[in-house]
Amino acid sequence: MNNHKQFIVSHAPFWHNGSSITERNYHILLATLPAVLFGIIQYGVNAFAVPSLAISTAMLWELVMNKATKRPVTIGDGHAAVTGILFAMVLPATAPWWLVLIGTFVAIVIGKQIFGGIGSNAFNPVALAAAILMVSWPDYFDFDASLVNYDFGFIMVYPLTALKYFGPGAVEGFSVSGLLLGQQIGGIGTAFGLGLIVGGLYLILRGFIRWEIVVSFVVGISALLFNIFDPSRFGSPAIHLLTGYTLIGAIFLATDDSSSPVNFIPMLLYGATAGIMTVLIRNIGVYVDGVMYAILIANMLNPLLDKIRPQAIGKVV
Amino acid sequence: MFKRSFIDFDKPSLEYASLPDKFTAPEMVAPTRTVTLLLEVPFTQNATGSFKKGAQVQTGQKLCFDEDSPRYAISSVTGSVSGVSAFTGDFGRQYTAVEIEVDPREEFDSTFEAAADAPTLETLIRYLNALPGNPAFERFADTAKPIDTIVISGCEQDLLVATTRHTIETRMAEIKSGIGILKKATGIENILIAVPNDLIQGYGHIGAEVVAVGREYPAGMKPFIAYKILGRVIPAGQSPEDTGIGFIQAEAVAALGQAFETRRIPSTKTLTFIGKDGTRKMIAARQGTPCSDILTHCRAVLNDRDRLIIGGPMTGSAVYSENYPVGPETDAIMLQDRYDVPYISDYPCINCGECIRICPTRVPVNMLVRFLEAGQYAEAADLYDLYACIDCGLCSFVCVAKIPIFQYIKMAKYELGLTMAETAETTEAANE
Repeated sequence: MNNHKQFIVSHAPFWHNGSSITERNYHILLATLPAVLFGIIQYGVNAFAVPSLAISTAMLWELVMNKATKRPVTIGDGHAAVTGILFAMVLPATAPWWLVLIGTFVAIVIGKQIFGGIGSNAFNPVALAAAILMVSWPDYFDFDASLVNYDFGFIMVYPLTALKYFGPGAVEGFSVSGLLLGQQIGGIGTAFGLGLIVGGLYLILRGFIRWEIVVSFVVGISALLFNIFDPSRFGSPAIHLLTGYTLIGAIFLATDDSSSPVNFIPMLLYGATAGIMTVLIRNIGVYVDGVMYAILIANMLNPLLDKIRPQAIGKVV
Repeated sequence: MFKRSFIDFDKPSLEYASLPDKFTAPEMVAPTRTVTLLLEVPFTQNATGSFKKGAQVQTGQKLCFDEDSPRYAISSVTGSVSGVSAFTGDFGRQYTAVEIEVDPREEFDSTFEAAADAPTLETLIRYLNALPGNPAFERFADTAKPIDTIVISGCEQDLLVATTRHTIETRMAEIKSGIGILKKATGIENILIAVPNDLIQGYGHIGAEVVAVGREYPAGMKPFIAYKILGRVIPAGQSPEDTGIGFIQAEAVAALGQAFETRRIPSTKTLTFIGKDGTRKMIAARQGTPCSDILTHCRAVLNDRDRLIIGGPMTGSAVYSENYPVGPETDAIMLQDRYDVPYISDYPCINCGECIRICPTRVPVNMLVRFLEAGQYAEAADLYDLYACIDCGLCSFVCVAKIPIFQYIKMAKYELGLTMAETAETTEAANE
């Protein structure tokens, strides 16, 4: 052995700003908490069980896939946990255990791992899982039926169903402040608008999600044109914005890193596409809520949209 | 180590450093036993040079293999040559390392004194090419790439480093006479000096147009000065000289002025010493002084698995030995504790877009890195602007997945350079 000191040699830069994937995901988890806690308070122990099962099974599927594909174990980076909790948030509190298990399987295995794991998924895993399950077991996503045994003292109908089948008159009883404070039925973590917005603002301010996508999604959703065209048939922008999966979609699902664009104009187009598609599906499509499908369509456009990029300085054309 | 702020939806701003607090004058560090000078010439056993092992050399004596080549070293001490060996630098660059045992009785070589009367470009190339700051005067004599503008870079190339700033703040008289000599020797009248914008005031007439450069990294980098100040875009993959701009470090200009005033070739390099805790000191050391002497002077101790970096935190290069010598371009020596060494990971890109938002030249780094990871360098260069990269390292600095992007980029440029050289060789052989 020589007596030279052994230094670490590596390439520049020798500084890092300290960000990490783990940090990013745990902050997203933190940002979901206001909405999830509200769901737990509202629906009780069931709403605690579903997210717990979703997080644990999502991480389990990730571990199984890590082992099966002989790749490094990545359950510690928090992405599986985020996928799990976001999936639980869109479920009704009464979702059976097998639905959660299958949902997280679809999200983690089909939505993420078979594409190559984190960073490689073309579609948002949660949106994909929710879309597949909504088509496969529509009854469990019918919130009026799932939550029939609950009564919280406000209008116990799913606003979007009422809007779709009975027109804007049926949702006149919902006030904006009521919707913001969660006085509506829906998924465990989708009803409390204020909580979602607070979580979203936190993530935007900390730089964990891209504001351009959220803002363009919300602008795209405004549904004002439909409302102006025929107020007796189409709901107001506020109803569309604060009910169903709109806020969770805009803040947590559309902003998924690997399935969304990174350049400025593409981000705006992507968000707006998702927003506009949501309103189109809700207003003239057959589905009650179109957020999941709208996000999947926008995900599909993402690689194409991201080709619109500024020219590099010094680029020789 | 730098940490980002709590509120972070805007890109972080990294400012160039000022001089260290309580700064007086650089502390002189004398080489204790040996100095090592690196000649930018590959080592060959049988090459005959102006020196050989065991020969006595004087301070200021030219050490070269070929009298007419612009690649040589100037002995920074008096002593005897104790070893000549091969030395491999970053990315396989080949040097000849000349080790000189220091003799405390200093004698000065007088060859330059005779030439110091007439500052011609030939004199500059012949004697002053190894000045601190590495001026590379032969660029100004290249008729294939005529230079119309000289930009004296008074800006740091990296964060924390204050070497150039020190030159600008304390050696203005020498810079002024250096500018005069540069004008006379090269015949180029259009000389600019780019200084940090907080130092723009109060120069009087120094013979060069003073222009201000922002303090935010990487505004002081050469392609950026060309773009922002001169309004000239250096096309991807080309050097500033290709567009007619000759950059020269302020320290080299000051040393040039000093050379003709003292009629001796200056060989003392000023550098910033950055300790493990980030404290900084200005050091002046003879070129070739091993880092260990500077560490001893600064009472700094390096342990196993620490890092010794030649240069600053963004673009420096980590070296494996404390004996690494101070060279003409060594603006800083930085130490990093093993616990401060940031990890890199083998995670894939998660497409968060941080690199896109911070890249000063708008390179689509997220796509680029996918091609580089797959080793598809030619596609990376064709489709995703590999050569528009100016090597600032910001993408790696902000990478959430901690991908060594900068290393991938440098590697790709190196590999493509090799392939291009090979292709050029085969075409040449085919033509013959």
